[in-house]
Amino acid sequence: MCTPKWFVFAAFCLAPGLGLAATPQIPARDYDVGTPATDAQMKAWDIIVGPEGRNLPDGSGTPVAGKAIYDQQCAACHGDAGQGGTGPRLVGGIGSLATAKPIKDVGSYWPYATTLFDYIRRAMPFSNPQSLTNDQVYAVSAYILKMNGIIPDDAVMDRRTLPMVEMPNRNGFVSMIGASVVTGK
Amino acid sequence: MTVINPRRGPRRRHVLEGLAAGAVLVPSARATEAPPAIPSWMQAQGADVNAHPYGQPAAFEAEVVRERMKSRTLTAGASFTPLQHLHGTITPNGLFYERDHGGVPTIGPAAYRLLVDGMVDRPMIFTLSDLKRLPAVSARHFMECSGNSGTEWTKPTGRTVQETHGLLSCSEWTGTKLEIVLGIAGVKPGAGWCVAEGGDAAALDRSIPLEHALKIGAMLAYAQNGEALRPEQGYPVRLVLPGFEGNTNIKWLRHLELRRGPAMSKEETAYYTELLPDGKAEQFNFVMRAKSVITYPSGSQKLDGTGFYEISGLAWSGSGRIKAVDVSVDGGKTWQPATLQGPIEPICLTRFRLPWRWNGGSAVLQSRAVDETGYVQPTLKSLVGQYGLHAHYHNNAIQSWQVETSGDVINVHA
Ligand code: HEC
Repeated sequence: MCTPKWFVFAAFCLAPGLGLAATPQIPARDYDVGTPATDAQMKAWDIIVGPEGRNLPDGSGTPVAGKAIYDQQCAACHGDAGQGGTGPRLVGGIGSLATAKPIKDVGSYWPYATTLFDYIRRAMPFSNPQSLTNDQVYAVSAYILKMNGIIPDDAVMDRRTLPMVEMPNRNGFVSMIGASVVTGK
Repeated sequence: MTVINPRRGPRRRHVLEGLAAGAVLVPSARATEAPPAIPSWMQAQGADVNAHPYGQPAAFEAEVVRERMKSRTLTAGASFTPLQHLHGTITPNGLFYERDHGGVPTIGPAAYRLLVDGMVDRPMIFTLSDLKRLPAVSARHFMECSGNSGTEWTKPTGRTVQETHGLLSCSEWTGTKLEIVLGIAGVKPGAGWCVAEGGDAAALDRSIPLEHALKIGAMLAYAQNGEALRPEQGYPVRLVLPGFEGNTNIKWLRHLELRRGPAMSKEETAYYTELLPDGKAEQFNFVMRAKSVITYPSGSQKLDGTGFYEISGLAWSGSGRIKAVDVSVDGGKTWQPATLQGPIEPICLTRFRLPWRWNGGSAVLQSRAVDETGYVQPTLKSLVGQYGLHAHYHNNAIQSWQVETSGDVINVHA
């Protein structure tokens, strides 16, 4: 098979833990309040990326391009090797989760690579969120994945490849939906 | 008949006494010094009417404030409610606990917009006045960060109940129900989740299972205890999900997106998930399980001699009403039922009380809540048996306060 080993089929990787839930019956309301949103408004507003890759933008980036951005815009807080500082550590925890000193970081704990793109785009760099271009977010995400040994140096991250990255802890979560009693009101 | 100006004599005496004692004219609290002396505040006009157009607490209550936890930045962190100083069940707005990930944004009412889109028939944008035109509801509910008591898993750490349990507050919330807004947009079949996103520098977002959210009366709240939300509580609009962990009650709400499944945002994968000893983690543990804590006497307080005290505390459950609270003064060997202050409302703080005589000996005070589902608040030992030491979130264990023979109260694991 020609797919590199850090790729898995999207259908397979999205099956566990997706937490499909029923659509409740909601009575229609005709209050004539609110304004219909246009496609342009929704597009400009929406920065939510799902694990299936929905709403990942055009553009791409590699670990090599990402290192330059990281060194300049991230290393001051996350450490030059991702070891942490003012911001949390980004590498080093793989294999530690079941030990007495678990380290929960992007490499060891995060189940989806899409979350990395989504979070960096919405919240980083800390002092200047939503200032990076989509290419820069792809690149710096790629560099963090590479620092964790999850993708190779030359991997290109884009809307197609990012959702297919197999994170080490992809199957590490058990959904507790339905486990809690909700009595309602 | 001699008319005596009732003020003159005593006033002079008061001044002299004060000077003789070399003290400032601060009235003593000792009952013996009350009448016949006339206190100074009865002998002069007080402060002007409406001196503070927005009323302030008494100057003597200056220590009753939130406390910041140490964090790596000034804008991503938390502040804790001083539960040891509060009475009843409602948290004053200025003391409601705070957890921010990107600071507190300033959003004017005119600039506020909420987008509802995704799997809906009619994507809609609402202004603040739109939301205020819709039918409103009010309800009293507690809110608790699932990281509350997160420092207490391995050893007693917090010195006060503020530090151990202060990521807990309770308000009367007013707003429009989520189901009304979703009814306007029309939810498409297949949409089981709603991603709620905040308009702060963290754009913090959480995925909410729709069915649960509607069942618990999810609300888009714009008011808290009668006034507009405070900025640090999400002004102008926040999501209120009664009984769900605090982090899901998205502040500065800017976007609701209906989806088939969850978005798997950072806050619902990397955080707010409970790591178990085998390396697996529980995810989407939304509901705050029944919990209680004694707020008086509590950590860092000191009993002023033997005799009568009324033990008092708070109990709550994200699953519904509190059914009973038992109190132990001997570290859990024996339990007595506490009196619950009514009305007991679902998913709301409930105040409990128990009369107690301190005989001067060492005592360990504990409380144990039972909710209407029959769930009993666990001991720390049984919770650790179930979750290990690295779950961090959802520590609802029984809290122990040790009363030492000196009267000092300290946080212990018993
Ligand atoms: C000024 C300091 C600072 C800078 C610069 C910065 N970050 Fe952060 N970063 C933080 C802080 C603080 C947090 C934690 C935020 C919180 O507590 O919610 C964080 C969190 C993160 C996380 C989540 C990690 C985890 O496990 O919680 C990632 C990923 C991240 N930053 C990536 C980046 C990238 C990529 C850049 C550069 C484009 C960057 N950061 C620049 C301070 C910074």
